[in-house]
Amino acid sequence: MLSNTQSHGKEPFVRMVKRDGVPAKKAWGIRLIGLLLALVVCAVLIFAITKLNPLKVYTTMFQGAFGTTRRSWQTVREAMMLLCVSLGLAPAFMMRFWNIGAEGQILVGGVATAGCMIYLGDKLPSVLLFAVMLIASIAAGALWGFVPAFFKAKFGTNETLFTLMMNYIAIQLTSYFVAVWEKPYGSNSVGIINDVTNAGWFKPLFGQQYGWNVVIVLVLTFAMYFYLRYSKQGYEIKVVGESENTARYAGINVKNVIIRTMIISGAVCGLSGFLAVAGSSHTISVSTAGGRGFTAIIVAWLSKFNSFVMILFSFLLAFLEKGAAEIASKFNLNDYVSDMIEGIILFFVLGSEFFIN
Amino acid sequence: MMILTNPQTENADARRTAGSVSAIEMRGVTKTFGEVIANNNVNLDIRYGEVLSLLGENGSGKTTLMNMLSGIYFPDAGEILVGGKPVTIRSPKDAFELGIGMIHQHFKLVDVFTAAENIVLGLKEEGRYDKKEVARRVREICAKYGFDIDPDQKVYTMTVSQKQTLEIVKVLYRGAEILILDEPTAVLTLQETEKLFSVIRNMRADGKAVVIITHKLNEVLAVSDRVSILRHGEYIDTVNTKDATEESLTEMMVGKKVELNIARDDIPDKKKRLSVEHLSVTSPEGVKILDDISFEAYSGEILGIAGISGCGQKELLESIAGLQKTEDGASVVYSDPEDEQDKQLIGTNPKQIRKLGIHLSFVPEDRLGMGLVGSMGMTDNMMLKNYSDGKSLFLDRKQPKELAERILKELEVVTPGINTPVRRLSGGNVQKVLVGREIAAAPTVLMTAYAVRGLDINTSYTIYNLLNEQKKSGVAVIYVGEDLDVLLELCDRIMVLCGGKITGIVDGRTARKEEVGALMVKKV
Repeated sequence: MLSNTQSHGKEPFVRMVKRDGVPAKKAWGIRLIGLLLALVVCAVLIFAITKLNPLKVYTTMFQGAFGTTRRSWQTVREAMMLLCVSLGLAPAFMMRFWNIGAEGQILVGGVATAGCMIYLGDKLPSVLLFAVMLIASIAAGALWGFVPAFFKAKFGTNETLFTLMMNYIAIQLTSYFVAVWEKPYGSNSVGIINDVTNAGWFKPLFGQQYGWNVVIVLVLTFAMYFYLRYSKQGYEIKVVGESENTARYAGINVKNVIIRTMIISGAVCGLSGFLAVAGSSHTISVSTAGGRGFTAIIVAWLSKFNSFVMILFSFLLAFLEKGAAEIASKFNLNDYVSDMIEGIILFFVLGSEFFIN
Repeated sequence: MMILTNPQTENADARRTAGSVSAIEMRGVTKTFGEVIANNNVNLDIRYGEVLSLLGENGSGKTTLMNMLSGIYFPDAGEILVGGKPVTIRSPKDAFELGIGMIHQHFKLVDVFTAAENIVLGLKEEGRYDKKEVARRVREICAKYGFDIDPDQKVYTMTVSQKQTLEIVKVLYRGAEILILDEPTAVLTLQETEKLFSVIRNMRADGKAVVIITHKLNEVLAVSDRVSILRHGEYIDTVNTKDATEESLTEMMVGKKVELNIARDDIPDKKKRLSVEHLSVTSPEGVKILDDISFEAYSGEILGIAGISGCGQKELLESIAGLQKTEDGASVVYSDPEDEQDKQLIGTNPKQIRKLGIHLSFVPEDRLGMGLVGSMGMTDNMMLKNYSDGKSLFLDRKQPKELAERILKELEVVTPGINTPVRRLSGGNVQKVLVGREIAAAPTVLMTAYAVRGLDINTSYTIYNLLNEQKKSGVAVIYVGEDLDVLLELCDRIMVLCGGKITGIVDGRTARKEEVGALMVKKV
């Protein structure tokens, strides 16, 4: 009778159980573990491929991002750019409107800004010039958001394809204006706009060159947080995102909400084009958006549309980019290694969400 | 002690001794999800040649328990014996190898495949797919148990009942000796249910072990040999069906005696609240869904709407609520008791109806897809309809929060907190939140669509009582229901719809069930 205790069965190797609400502290712990694991895996890989000391590589990475004051500020500037675009994407994604057109919205915002700088730079007083640039960039971005939203609301078109196509229009439009504003002739670039007068350039704030970038984006962070969480419009966005039927039942005009929200989303992305041109590069090219419109999608989703969490993830991604570029140049590695490191770290950070949800 | 090696090789003679040979024994099985205990120390005995009912309210852990037999979940503690031998069921494949087959509530079929293709899908048999051979074996199974199925019919052309039959055949084809059916009658008509029961009896006669999960008492009594009862995840008892009555089972299932009588008062001095005239609705495909509907609803009465589902009930309520496009010539007039004016509702939307000062509450059929926002907590759901009141650009969460707390307490909503997404609550609690909000809006007209669908007895009666109280306080209640017994006990008048037309309006106090049933299928 007592003979067979053997076949009591083994536990299955992996058992997956859906968790029900992980406490915030634990969730952040899991994310931190994910990050550490990513660093370990990268270390193994770095050593296997390059025979370099991984710790040294990491130190270099950190130095690349925060090694000097100048570099730190560049990282901050980059993070602010990403944050700004993510803030723009948040309302659209919260409404389950797949806005992958941020890239185009940034570009048209940038083109509008550059246009104002070129044509009005020596005609308007500084304050007025900034106001016009700001409004122009916002209006351009808003238009780029409005078009797909209008067609979605009126004819039920697919917004993913539509916003994607709008990106290509924006890129070609930018190419066109680069050709028009070419300087010097034959260089196929716009060059630094107003390099003598500095008209339409952000002035240093508190002695910092990128002070304004930080201030504008942080103000926007607070504004978006309160808009999404505490305003009636933010509530409508959430209801529409959850279920259009529920929205209709609640008496919400779904079409208006879609259009309004996309105007806001496009406007904020357009504003980040303003930051990119007036507050950073002082030029315009097809690479002004530089893929941030897509990277910001990761930031927005990882943060679950919480503006303050977005700050964190924007910095993480900006740090990775700057750090990876530094090790690529310092150790004579090509860009692919840094891309790999970036990819592995993102994989683990995204992967840790699996253990949280 | 008799130890059987394998249920599949065990000889048929032993199985024919009905209900004497153990198929599955579960001992002390426990399963938790996070902090929720779905099953606590449950014992169960399933025998060959017998039908066992697993009875319990919604959320009592019936399906979870059976999912551990079919390899979907793995128990946290306890053991499972098949044919007297401890086994480990790690996956549905393990379950199949032990001869256990489960027919889930939601069918798992490929729509574009034929019946035969669905049956062999996933089977790892040697050789090529022999259509004729499969069809022959399918017909053999059908003939044996009395199924009616065409192996070449595509699934998407099948009725719900045919799909269910296919699921059962699929399981039998794989040689299952132990069949578990999860709420099999929930989607069937009366005639289809009878047919299913006769098939179940045939399977029993063939020596199979059959388990049906259900919360319907009449079915338990009609088809099973023994009943095992679960309550809140705890195993209560197993009794022989012949010794059980509806009352005794109810008591075991809900723990306390539930009053099965609904007090139906006749409220004097009824006032006309709503008059619907010539209401027609055509679907985008051009099908007439509602055809020239005219009726009136009065304060202080419950107007029941009976009919086979899909006869225009949903569209009727949505037309009144301003959510449905209607044909020209329709009129829905609301007689306002406050300013004694008549207000036309056709051509308005829900927001305009609110602006007109009309307190119209509506509990739609699709609770999480229309009545509530699943990802929001109770507080945010409370303000779904009135969030835009006031001039401020920002939300006022103070009153919704108080309301949420009140409903939580008064209706005994079980939730970890008022900010937990309502999607995570069980069906009954979701409905309490929705009905609670709609009643808190102090309606003069209250419309409900299938308000108790899928709810257990306790919650159902909570809802009936709430509706009854509303009626007593002078609300015009419109109750779309499917259970004729309840309609006849609860409603003052019953309007019967068939194919988008009114086939009759009867008095709920004097009408007989057969009379209403006949109206439900009457052609006009």
